[in-house]
Amino acid sequence: MHVVVCVKQIPDPAVPGALDQGTRTLDRSGKLVMDDSDSYGVEMALQIAGGVDGSEVTLVSMAPGGETSGLRTALAMGAARAILVSDDALSGSDALSTAKVLAAAIRRAEPDLVIAATESTDGYTGTLPVQVAELLGMPSVTFAKGVSTDGTTLEVDRQTEAGYDEVECPLPAVVTVTAGVVEPRYPSFKGIMAARSKPIDVLSLADLGIDPSDVGARGAREEVVDVADAEARAGGEIVMDEGDGAGRIVAFLEQLKVI
Amino acid sequence: MDRVWVLAETGEQGPTALTLELLTKARTLAPAVEAVAWGSDTASIARALGEHGASRVYDVGDLGGRLPGAPVAGAIANLVRDGERPDAVLLPASYDGRDVAGRLSALLDRPVLTNVTGLAEQDGSVLTEHPIFGGTKILHARFTGEGPGLYVVRAKSFAAEPAGGAAAEVVALPPGDVGPTGAAKIVQRHVEEASGPKLDEAAAVVSGGRGLGSAESYALVEELARLLHGAAGASRAIVDAGWVPYSHQVGQTGKTVKPTVYIACGISGATQHLVGMKGSKNIVAINKDREAPIFSVADLGIVGDVHKVLPALIEALKSRT
Repeated sequence: MHVVVCVKQIPDPAVPGALDQGTRTLDRSGKLVMDDSDSYGVEMALQIAGGVDGSEVTLVSMAPGGETSGLRTALAMGAARAILVSDDALSGSDALSTAKVLAAAIRRAEPDLVIAATESTDGYTGTLPVQVAELLGMPSVTFAKGVSTDGTTLEVDRQTEAGYDEVECPLPAVVTVTAGVVEPRYPSFKGIMAARSKPIDVLSLADLGIDPSDVGARGAREEVVDVADAEARAGGEIVMDEGDGAGRIVAFLEQLKVI
Repeated sequence: MDRVWVLAETGEQGPTALTLELLTKARTLAPAVEAVAWGSDTASIARALGEHGASRVYDVGDLGGRLPGAPVAGAIANLVRDGERPDAVLLPASYDGRDVAGRLSALLDRPVLTNVTGLAEQDGSVLTEHPIFGGTKILHARFTGEGPGLYVVRAKSFAAEPAGGAAAEVVALPPGDVGPTGAAKIVQRHVEEASGPKLDEAAAVVSGGRGLGSAESYALVEELARLLHGAAGASRAIVDAGWVPYSHQVGQTGKTVKPTVYIACGISGATQHLVGMKGSKNIVAINKDREAPIFSVADLGIVGDVHKVLPALIEALKSRT
C-alpha cells in the first residue's frame, strides 16, 4: 500500500504570529517546523503501512524557499521519502490554489490512501483535504478518530455531534485525522540520521504543469481588506489565592445569580 | 445581493441552531433566501426554515447512509451549472458543513472563506469578519473573483430570530451523480450518552486543561459543572492527551460556547482555546501561572493551584444546598 501524508511546515507556534505588512497574509519568512497536528497523520500512516506488507509512506508538502526541516522531522519518524513543491510564484496562494498544487503532486505519487490533519494550526481553514479529495476524484472521511484498513477498504470511526459513526469507504481515499488519535512516536537517533539521506523531490510549478498566474497572490480570488484590533475585554480582577480563592468565586457567582 | 443560499442541517429536534442563525443573517443580506437540506423528512423542517426566512428548500433527500459531503455538494453544483445564480452560499462550520464546503469549492472552482464570524454588505461586495491570533485581532476579507461566494460560518456568530414567514416550499433536488467520490458510507451510528445540558447550550461551563495534572483530576471539573447545572468542557491539550473525549473540546477545532459564566481550570489560554470561549459573558480563570494568557480575558482570575481551589469551591457549593 502506498500512503501519502500531507505535511504542513508552519512558523513555530511558540513564536507569536505576525502578518506580512504588505500582503497581510501570515508571515512565513522565519524558520518553519512541522505542524504538530500532522504528527498524528504521520504516525497513523506508519501504523497502517506497518500492517500491510510492501507498504510505503510518502510525505507531500508545499513550502517557500525549499524548506525541508519539517519534512526531515517526519522522515525521521519513519516516512520513506518526500515530495516538496516550492516555487516563488506560490506565495499568497489561497486554500483552493494550494489544494490544486497538492493534488497535482499527490496524483504523481499514485497513492492508495491520503492522510491529512483535520486542519492546520496556522491557517485552520479546514477545507483543504476535502478540496484535494474532490480534485483527485476520491471519497473522503473527515474527523477520523480511528482508522484501519485491509488494503482495499477503509474503516473509520468518524467524530459526530452526538458520538461517532462507523464509516466504510473503498480505497483510494482521503482521510483527515483529529489530534490525539494516536500517540506520535519520537524520532530515534537512528531515525534522525537515516532521514538525512532519504530522498526529497523538489518540484516547481512547471514540473507539475501548473500556470503560475493561476496560483499565488496573482491567482488568489480573495483578499484581506484590513486587520483591526479586536475589542478588548475590560480588565478583570486578578488575585493571588491566599486560601480565599474559592470564596471569591462563590461571591462572583452569587453576584451573577448563577447560584 | 439578490439571492443567498443556506446549507441547512437537521439535528435531533429540527434544523440545528446554527442553521437558523445562518438563515437569520441571510435575510439581512438579500431579499431571496433559500435553503438546501438533505435527509428522509425535509418536509418536517420546512416550517422552521420558513419562519427564519427561507422561501424555498431544495431537498436532496435521503442519502442512503452516504456521507453528505460529495452528494450534497454535487447537487448544489448541478443547480449552479443549470443556471441558478446565488450570490452567496452560507455553510455551517460543522463536520458535514465543512465537507460540503470543500467539495463545492473544488466543483465550482471558487475559493471558500472559513471561520467567518461576521458578514456585512459593503459597496456591493460582502465583507467577512474572522478572528485571528486567538481573537485579539479581527481580519476583514472579501472575494475578488466571480460568485457565488462560499462562506463557512462559526456557530453563535449571530442570534437566530424568526421572521414569521410561511413554511418553505419543498423542491426536490436529486443528489449529484458523484461516482467514487460519494462512496463513503455510514454503517453504524454510535450515540454517546451525556447527562446534563449540552456543552454549547449550557448557562455555565466548567473546563479543564493541562494544569489539572492528570486525567483523574478531571472529575473535579465534572463535579463543579454538575453543581452549577452546567456542562464540562476541555482544552485541546487534554483531549489530545486522551484524558477526555473530543466531544468536550472547547475552541477552534471544538465547540464555540457563550455561557453566562465560563470557569477555566488549569487552562493556559492558547489561541486555539480562546477563540471558542472568549464570547462568554463572564469568565473565571484558575491557574497557577500569573502570566497565563487566560487571565487577559478573565473577569475574575485566581492565581492558585486548581487542586486547592476546586475542592474548596465544590465544598462551599455543596454546603449551600
